[in-house]
Amino acid sequence: MVTKTLGDRTGCFSDDEGGNMGFKHKDIIALKDLTKEEIELLLSTAENMREINSRDIKKVPTLRGKTIVNLFYEASTRTRTSFEIAAKRLSADTVNISPSTSSATKGETLSDTALNLLAMKPDIIVMRHAISGSHYFLAKRLSCSIINAGDGAHEHPSQGLLDMLTMRDKFGTLAGLKVAIVGDITHSRVARSDIAGLTKMGSHVFLAGPPTMIPPGVEKLGNVTVCKDMREAVEDADVVMMLRIQLERQGKTLLPSLREYARYYGLNPEVLKLAKKDAMVMHPGPINRGVELSSYVADGAQSHILNQVENGVAVRMAMLYHVSGGELPTE
Amino acid sequence: MNLLIKGGRVIDPSQNIDETLDVLVVEGKIKELGKGLKAPQGGDVIDAKGLLVTPGLLDMHVHLRDPGLEYKEDIVTGTRAAAAGGFTSVACMPNTKPVNDNKAITSYIVAKAKAEGTVNVFPIGAITQGSKGETLAEMGDMKEAGCVAVSDDGRPVANAELMRRALEYAKGMGIMVIAHSEEIALVGEGVMNEGFTATELGLKGIPRVAEDIAVARDVYLAEYTNSPLHVAHVSTKGSVRIIRDAKARGAKVTCETAPHYFSLTDDAVRGYDTSAKMNPPLREADDVAAIKTGLFDGTIDAIATDHAPHHLDEKDVEFNLALNGIIGLETALPLALKLVGEKVLDLKGLVEKMSLNPAKILGLDRGTLKPEAIADITVIDPEQEWTVTPEGLASKSKNSPWLGAKMKGAAVYTIVAGKVVYKNA
Repeated sequence: MVTKTLGDRTGCFSDDEGGNMGFKHKDIIALKDLTKEEIELLLSTAENMREINSRDIKKVPTLRGKTIVNLFYEASTRTRTSFEIAAKRLSADTVNISPSTSSATKGETLSDTALNLLAMKPDIIVMRHAISGSHYFLAKRLSCSIINAGDGAHEHPSQGLLDMLTMRDKFGTLAGLKVAIVGDITHSRVARSDIAGLTKMGSHVFLAGPPTMIPPGVEKLGNVTVCKDMREAVEDADVVMMLRIQLERQGKTLLPSLREYARYYGLNPEVLKLAKKDAMVMHPGPINRGVELSSYVADGAQSHILNQVENGVAVRMAMLYHVSGGELPTE
Repeated sequence: MNLLIKGGRVIDPSQNIDETLDVLVVEGKIKELGKGLKAPQGGDVIDAKGLLVTPGLLDMHVHLRDPGLEYKEDIVTGTRAAAAGGFTSVACMPNTKPVNDNKAITSYIVAKAKAEGTVNVFPIGAITQGSKGETLAEMGDMKEAGCVAVSDDGRPVANAELMRRALEYAKGMGIMVIAHSEEIALVGEGVMNEGFTATELGLKGIPRVAEDIAVARDVYLAEYTNSPLHVAHVSTKGSVRIIRDAKARGAKVTCETAPHYFSLTDDAVRGYDTSAKMNPPLREADDVAAIKTGLFDGTIDAIATDHAPHHLDEKDVEFNLALNGIIGLETALPLALKLVGEKVLDLKGLVEKMSLNPAKILGLDRGTLKPEAIADITVIDPEQEWTVTPEGLASKSKNSPWLGAKMKGAAVYTIVAGKVVYKNA
């Protein structure tokens, strides 16, 4: 069977010789489960998808007739919207389910909810769930594709991919980059996906944060160095990734105050000077202005936060495309 | 019941015996150990050539879930599982529904076990009413009704003052306190051991120090009150060290570990496998090594399974939501026999940990093949190979991390008071 690439229909994939041959997974749950080549494939597909997003008519028929369920057990605005836009630009039909409107509040188990959804024959379930590993649980039981939109403190692969794409846009490569990630590493799924993806692609990750927020053994996750001081991590960095601090979620035992946190672990113009001159400032959002990021930095020339958001749609289009088998219906 | 067990290798640490002997049972009691003994009138003869003959194994830490949680296990299925695993006696923890914190529940367990149980059941009562950690339970009453120890197993007695008084009061009643030592504040919402695996899986960790400091507290309280204390399910290097030091000081402290703590590390949780979720959680390689050293040097007195049956619906869920615990009665013996292969224990040591010592700790006249002892006997084929399957397990629940695993060693006859209650030959 001839596998047609998106390029045949849209003209945007003219250089996509291999089509989708490199991607064999039914699901995308964690970047740590993907090879370097698979990550590269997702990133280059995303680059191509970006072209669609800049058109007047931002829609291709690639996933026409496919049904995508966005199953969000945790509140999310940007990730859910981004996945939904991504699906719509590929002409898939989308349904959004969130806990307040779902049967989760009626005490239905995840397994039952998913099996019921499956009976309605969705092609892809995009799920966010508060419990780490829930997607593996689901993927074992369901024949449709599962995409992880964030699970507990485990992974957030679409965020990791969009972060990498944003860095690659600027530097052309991820190999050899010094990336500082600062904040609550313990509770951050973004940090884990970034670490998994970046270290596979040859970057060196430097972590900093209060010791109450650095999980044991994290330096064994790859080419990762834990720094005592935020300045050490930021010094000569190509990228400074600041994580959102969530005092309400992480409890009161980890920090005395946001004020002190901002003093020691917040990124302000003075600390940023330690980084390379053209270093990128990134943040997965939403930002706590004046806490982990001063507004001067967030809105400054080095901030790439909105590029991240823009790339989010393209990356998610690529993820949806590849788990769908990346094939176009034959005419 | 009359019985002759012929030509087996008899291992009886209570008499320092390890030799090929016949065991003669008359009217449910051990009559004689010797060579060339004659079969008793009207009695059966078991050919035990190539097999081990030991005092009946005694599991001092099981959850039979009866009354109230019979959908997980009950006295009938739980004691069948015990027999299949070679255990002639089990001591069952009080976290039933309602909690076994009074003589009425104790009497129910004793009566049902007598009527329908396959092996001996020795109930353990609660330390505090409802195991809520607020008011002492009626230990004297429960002891009279048949309880052999008290424990709030499943949760610690969080209040140190109450634990102190429990130790003092229990000493007066002549009943052993079994501590579930855990500092709840440090456990928090943890669901597995805190360490690299938890970091990678993004799961909340339970630090080892949560067990260590609680064991230290309970050991100090036992020493201060000059009371005996038994520490349940020791899983950390730190606990082993604390108990070793306490014993060296002369404290009346004993402890147990479970087969999973010397067989598995927290690596088993990878894949978010809920059949590797229990409390205390599976630890790390250095803890496993310390547990083995503790078994070898006598710091750890007993191997108990912490058999904790749960329904499929309680395990086949997201990791954080799964209940803690695994079944253990039917896999304990082959896992413990591995320790013999690894020279952590010799066979006498193994029988001590799984029969004689638990009997001593609970003050029971079991764990021995001395003449006149009740003829609870386990006949073991250490070479028998088998595979753990859900269908093959007698327990009502199948929550074992060893499903599909190959095992070596099995009970071939489980004999309670001279009667063969389980046969696998």
